Amino acid sequence: MADTPTPLTSNVHDKGRWERFRESDFFFAFKRSPVALVSFTVVCILVFSSVFAPWIAPTNPFDPASLNLMNGFTPPMEPNAFTGSAFLMGTDDQGRDVFSTILYGMRISLFVGASAVLFAMVLGIVLGLVSGYFGGWTETIIMRVADVQLTFPSILVAMLIFGIAKGFTPVEYRDQMAIWVLILAIGLSDWVQFARVVRGTTLVEKKKDYVAAALLIGRRPWAIMIKHILPNALSPVLVIATISLALAIIAEATLSFLGVGAPPTQPSLGTLIRIGQGFLFSGEWWILFFPACTLLALALSVNLLGDWLRDALNPRLR
Amino acid sequence: MSAYVTVRGLTRIFDVSKPWLNRLLEGRAKAFLTAISDVDFQVEERTTYALVGESGSGKSTIGRTLVGLLRPSAGEVEIEGVNLATEVDADKVASVRSNIQMIFQDPYASLNPRWRVRDIITEPVASKGEDTVGLAERLLEQVGLHPSDAGKFPHEFSGGQRQRICIARALASEPRLIVCDEPTSALDVSVQAQVLNLMSDLKDELGLTYLLITHDLTVVRHMADRIGVLYLGRLVEEADPHSLFSAPKHPYTQMLLDAAPRMDGFGREVPPPKGEIPDPIDPPSGCAFHPRCPIASDICRRERPAMRRVDNALVACHFAE
Repeated sequence: MADTPTPLTSNVHDKGRWERFRESDFFFAFKRSPVALVSFTVVCILVFSSVFAPWIAPTNPFDPASLNLMNGFTPPMEPNAFTGSAFLMGTDDQGRDVFSTILYGMRISLFVGASAVLFAMVLGIVLGLVSGYFGGWTETIIMRVADVQLTFPSILVAMLIFGIAKGFTPVEYRDQMAIWVLILAIGLSDWVQFARVVRGTTLVEKKKDYVAAALLIGRRPWAIMIKHILPNALSPVLVIATISLALAIIAEATLSFLGVGAPPTQPSLGTLIRIGQGFLFSGEWWILFFPACTLLALALSVNLLGDWLRDALNPRLR
Repeated sequence: MSAYVTVRGLTRIFDVSKPWLNRLLEGRAKAFLTAISDVDFQVEERTTYALVGESGSGKSTIGRTLVGLLRPSAGEVEIEGVNLATEVDADKVASVRSNIQMIFQDPYASLNPRWRVRDIITEPVASKGEDTVGLAERLLEQVGLHPSDAGKFPHEFSGGQRQRICIARALASEPRLIVCDEPTSALDVSVQAQVLNLMSDLKDELGLTYLLITHDLTVVRHMADRIGVLYLGRLVEEADPHSLFSAPKHPYTQMLLDAAPRMDGFGREVPPPKGEIPDPIDPPSGCAFHPRCPIASDICRRERPAMRRVDNALVACHFAE
């Protein structure tokens, strides 16, 4: 900021964002919490390895030319009886490297989960702000819809939306569209949380005098909602977003496990688990075990991180 | 001098009914609260008009209606001859709006905790798309803070400093009228004096007009050029400070002055004011003050006294002379 005159003494305000962040209570609490450190590290490793999957994975499991059916059902860390190749986590019936499929599958799981949460967050924030700020019939309609939706399990809502959307898409596009429909379905089943929290904060904040001061100078409702009220609602939203991410990843895995989610041509972790459970009783445990463990690690660490975030950002627990 | 603000027959009624389902189940009628009724006054340019009264007397409602945060239920407010509630010419409304600012009671709620002081102060100007380079620093200096405070957040300041920031924000758009809604009642006594001195210095320097809303008579005595005493949403007496403090005409004003703590009153028993402000949903008949009035008689219960001139004051009492 160029227009700031240089003060004589250096204080915390002259430092950049990063330095202020490093000196904040938030970062201090983070450094002191082993749970937060471990889960953050696990999340970072998993996200990194799925983003860079094409460079990390030993094989591309979706390139049929690189597959060798002779490699099928190779147990982990053992050389194959016919080809002599060894695989870290073994191979499935098609001879695909399980480790590589997990990396690619996690990519889809994370993408669907993050996009669904982002979609739910934007939808929930907008509806929450509007219903809290304007009140009246707008609020009644939005919040009653939210209440009705909460009486159904969200997975049921997602399946319903998925089914309807599938009926509208032409058959030849179904596999391509499946991911987007999945995002829409999970997002629509999850916005209520965000809307409720944002509405609650909006109801409190809109009565404060800084909103009156902004109204006084003729600011429009949208400017007040987005510039004044929303920044004050962001910390609870951040907590819900993190916890929702874990739930969205699990919801996606559940839908895919039930066969209504990601198609086998673009398998997510859930699809991999569905494929793997067919071989469980014939002794090829690794096809199920490793994807399931990855899903567990991903969902657990994101959830723990969300829990920690909730405690760290809650002023009443400080 | 000309009237900068003219308030005529201003009335504001709030709907305090329960939700319709409760009304239906409990068989209740709608309930209305008359916060202010039939208030008339004028504020001359470059003067301070003070509104005093107990809590619940409608002081803040008048302030908020005047600046346009609330719509009047009846009556009108004219500022520079423009009625903000009915004027259709948007440019006219915008130009009058930019001449009005407000300072709020609670300096902890009137600054957005997520905004930097620079952005808070310059918002009234920046929202019009005008240049704000150096504005925050200049205003901070004018209200007695350091220019480098512009980069801080509100939570780094004390109550008095926050109120100074509020004043700086109010000054940013170079207003002519500032409505001060209990500007000092959330502050320590020592800080109150500083803020009041700052306000009166700024008034002289910039030629401001103040509408000062307060329950603190000492503040009024120092600042006001004209005082209006409110009781249950109605003006009961209006006078200049000298005549009001030396010869209060309305029994309510007398009661208020008697209740104010006095420096020479050490150890002296002061009888507390009788009764409490009545329920504005169901106000007393006739003169609203009659249940607490020492000199009330039959006519007070039957007839509401009209505002009339007695010496230098305007009084709404049957017995004032």
